[in-house]
Amino acid sequence: MKCTEFLKELTDYLDGKITEDLKVELDEHLHWCHECHVVMNTTQKTIEIYRDNKIYELPEDLRNRLHQAIMTKCRKSGTGKKSNT
Amino acid sequence: METIQKKAEEGITSEMMLVQAAKKGDLEAFSELVKRYDRNVFRIAQHITHNEEDAQDVVQDAFLKAYQNLEQFQGNSKFYTWLVRIAVNEALMRLRKRRNDRTVSLDEDVETDEGSIPREVADWSPNPEQLYGTSELGDILKKTIQGLSPGFRTVFVLRDVEGMSTEETAEMLGLSVPAVKSRLLRARLQLRERLAKYFKNKKGGDGQQ
Repeated sequence: MKCTEFLKELTDYLDGKITEDLKVELDEHLHWCHECHVVMNTTQKTIEIYRDNKIYELPEDLRNRLHQAIMTKCRKSGTGKKSNT
Repeated sequence: METIQKKAEEGITSEMMLVQAAKKGDLEAFSELVKRYDRNVFRIAQHITHNEEDAQDVVQDAFLKAYQNLEQFQGNSKFYTWLVRIAVNEALMRLRKRRNDRTVSLDEDVETDEGSIPREVADWSPNPEQLYGTSELGDILKKTIQGLSPGFRTVFVLRDVEGMSTEETAEMLGLSVPAVKSRLLRARLQLRERLAKYFKNKKGGDGQQ
């Protein structure tokens, strides 16, 4: 297996969505290819870092204000109606 | 014990029941749906627009539009999938306005080769997150993901940050499953390449400057 072939399968490999046969092939490639091993590890880490350190959290006070504004607009608008009644 | 039971009861109130009640004009039910998903919609909107003011507008407009068009929601998909689709379109519209560029789309820069052939193959520090303080790390993550095209960062956020499946992401973005997969691979590789600058193991050295 070439490195380019390994890379093509990287996303499915990391998501655990590959057949057992393909996994054996990819693992074998990883065993001897240090570069692909590093790429795989650091890609996994990239995903974990973004998943575990959620940026752009909604602050509670802003959340309350937005909620109020949304509900006021909905009350005025009504559902399924284009004009106010 | 009481709170555990309460939480379980809340969980039983299914999304569909809330949607049905909201369709009949029950604003409390819709308010519950807003509370369930406002944080996610805000995060997705911030990732696409990179502007807090725009993200706030997107949250308001997306929920209002969802409410006004509830009748059209058939329940073939989850309410959240339908809502995110509205929010993504709103966010892209804001981005177009701010950039004064009508061509901003999920297809922008998709043909780029960046990251598809890894150049940075030095290993990272064992605990890269601990190299930086919380706020500095947040800045690095924001700056890095901002460099990706809207199409790439939106797919990455829905799949890897929000934890949606490939199929759900495809439905939310109106893309095919293979298109989502190919964008996801390249988004992951581009982010990895860019983060390496901050996280690679300096001790080992790579023999280059």
